[in-house]
Amino acid sequence: MEGLRDETEVLRLDDGRLVSGAEVVWLPPFEVGTIIALGLNYADHAKELAFNSQEEPLVFLKGPGSLLGHRGSTRRPAGVKFMHYECELAVVIGRRAKNVSRAAAMQHVAGYCIANDYAIRDYLENWYRPNLRVKNRDGGTVLGPWFVDAADVPDPANLALRTHLNGELRQQGNTRDLIFDIPCLIEYLSAFMTLAPGDVILTGTPEGVANVMPGDEIVCEIDGLGRLVNTIVADEPFGR
Amino acid sequence: MCTIPCEIAPFRLTGAVYGTLLNHRSALTELGSKAAQPPYNAPPRAPVLYIKPRNTLAASGDAVEIPAGMSELEAGPCLGLVIGRTACRVPKEGALHHVAGYLIVNDVSVPHDTFYRPSIRFKARDGFCPLGPAVVPRDAIVDPDALTLRTYVDGVLVQTSSTADLVRSAAGLLADVTEFMTLIPGDVLALGVAWPAPRVRAGQRVDIVADALGTLSNDFVTAAR
Repeated sequence: MEGLRDETEVLRLDDGRLVSGAEVVWLPPFEVGTIIALGLNYADHAKELAFNSQEEPLVFLKGPGSLLGHRGSTRRPAGVKFMHYECELAVVIGRRAKNVSRAAAMQHVAGYCIANDYAIRDYLENWYRPNLRVKNRDGGTVLGPWFVDAADVPDPANLALRTHLNGELRQQGNTRDLIFDIPCLIEYLSAFMTLAPGDVILTGTPEGVANVMPGDEIVCEIDGLGRLVNTIVADEPFGR
Repeated sequence: MCTIPCEIAPFRLTGAVYGTLLNHRSALTELGSKAAQPPYNAPPRAPVLYIKPRNTLAASGDAVEIPAGMSELEAGPCLGLVIGRTACRVPKEGALHHVAGYLIVNDVSVPHDTFYRPSIRFKARDGFCPLGPAVVPRDAIVDPDALTLRTYVDGVLVQTSSTADLVRSAAGLLADVTEFMTLIPGDVLALGVAWPAPRVRAGQRVDIVADALGTLSNDFVTAAR
């Protein structure tokens, strides 16, 4: 599938059909294995949330039920006070990784996509924080719009990230400001868990998270990886 | 990836396995007043789940490796629900209709005494979640809230626990979990470990036995270098 720059452009599916990007249901763009996510991995965002520097990465896992593709809708439950997006570089593993050194780590990366890793802070509890009720909600892990091969991303350690909320630029960062960079994360993780093709590391979000409300359109952008669009909806479309 | 026998629909596990922290009353008792103190400040309100990712999954008979430099691990005997029907926002009453069957889960951990941050390095290591020996159909368990698990280390009974002592029963947990996340056929929800969890050293065998569920048996060994 190739060719889409915005919704007005035409997608050519692998089977030859031409369709508009708005006519299809976008799925996560690869067979997703274990979803590994980082908290507080940009110095500015950690400061925003009033956290001190860490000795080891703050890693949590997300389940497959939370996955959603490009142009999907994510529910904001009635009555919550603070639900926010998180634009993140997603690193997709392409080769089994066990006890991999920093120096060899990038050989295990197949490619990249954009992630929007939603959180509802109202549900934070101080047990295995951020707990799954905050982070592992249906539609809370948006991946896409497509998978970009590592060969097409010459410098993943220097990619600008931007989030637009209803057209207004609200979040900006650059992957050069990651506290634990990609090689470091692969070394850290593969020292105690074997990473397999399809496993994905969501590398964390920079400062600039903001509350989202039903009807809001959130567009997460990363240089060279495209634009990942998501819309917030209320309970009603879900029959709640 | 996940070769646990499942001879009833959905005939395979998805590989998504969720564990539940502090859902056995003994765990809260053991923690005592600490649960109300910093950094926790209050006992859990909603279910506190964690994920046992696919690299942790193992079958009965597989060896569990004790990482280099560690003297012992914790075994985590608990009952696992295997989802049979998509479970989204299910009411407690009738929740078990969404269950296809049950199996024994050994939710292995590196011993740790702080539960503030996610414990990936302690709970998500390769082979740290033996399951089985097989999925048993729902009807084979008369009352999942009165199931006794017996854990033996080298043949010596070291723990007896009952699902009657869970904070949230099987149905109650399913209801509260599916309020915020959907489970699909083949997902596993483990109901929670009784504390103190049995400690296991290299060279020892753990057998977890439950009526109608069989025996989940795993040797704990020193990690190969």
